[in-house]
Amino acid sequence: MRAPRSKPEPVQVIKKRRDATLRALVDGVPYIRFLGIELERRGDELTGILPFDPKLIGNPLLPAIHGGVTAAFLEVTAIITLSWTYLWEDVESGAIDATGLAEKGLPRLPKTIDISTDYLRSGLPRDAYARARITRSGRRYASVHVEAWQDNRDRLFAQATGHFLMPQ
Amino acid sequence: MVTKDNIARQFIEAIPHSRALGMRLTEMQDGEATIDMPYDEKLVGDPETGVIHGGAVSALMDTCCGAAVMCHPDNRGGTATIDLRIDYMRAATPGQRIRAHAVCYHVTRTVAFVRATATDDDAENPVAAATGAFTVEGTS
Repeated sequence: MRAPRSKPEPVQVIKKRRDATLRALVDGVPYIRFLGIELERRGDELTGILPFDPKLIGNPLLPAIHGGVTAAFLEVTAIITLSWTYLWEDVESGAIDATGLAEKGLPRLPKTIDISTDYLRSGLPRDAYARARITRSGRRYASVHVEAWQDNRDRLFAQATGHFLMPQ
Repeated sequence: MVTKDNIARQFIEAIPHSRALGMRLTEMQDGEATIDMPYDEKLVGDPETGVIHGGAVSALMDTCCGAAVMCHPDNRGGTATIDLRIDYMRAATPGQRIRAHAVCYHVTRTVAFVRATATDDDAENPVAAATGAFTVEGTS
């Protein structure tokens, strides 16, 4: 005889909780708004989206996205993914109240120690996407690899590896 | 008189994203450049402390390194970033402008190697340091 499983939560409750956590991480940061970066969630997977805007141009002759914008987009995606992963278990178990999270302000974010960006192709004047993978996550330090593409997932236009100091 | 440096200067000052960040080119000569970026609330990365986001410092460093490459005597045309590594040594003090200074320390026919530092009002104590490789165009 198996012990009866607890009834699964309604899908709306789960979605509301996860989306509230993501909003708490993203909405409060002025620089993320300035660049127009959005984060899309599928389960626990996050995708950074950088919708093209003329103010993001770094080379008006080509035209191409500014290398600094590309670096910032990769860094933002890395930091949000790292915080999201770090908060995930506590939010899912109910140890952190997700609806209260947004009101109480931003949870402490990881701090960038260093980030190294490779520019593989020029960033075209169209939307860009990025996903980060945490390659090592310790109590104090974390390493994150992040990739960005535009039209084709297999043709990266930039990638970066960064090291971060976790909030204590 | 239209010199290469003037064209490069105009090019840097016409970059839409650099203008959006309020960057001002103060020095650009012989493979060295200095650019100031004023403090602005829209660039804040941590609303609790008001500290500028590292990404905005990256944009400043990248522009400044690119400007240094464009005014190097061995580079005839434009440039593109191959890679750029940034070390964040401390948080920039909120309210203070950030100044980046970049130097091409080695240039080959195809690649320029560049170092840069960023400081706020406490010039002895850098906010960030960068090293990068940039393309060199023109002399074939």
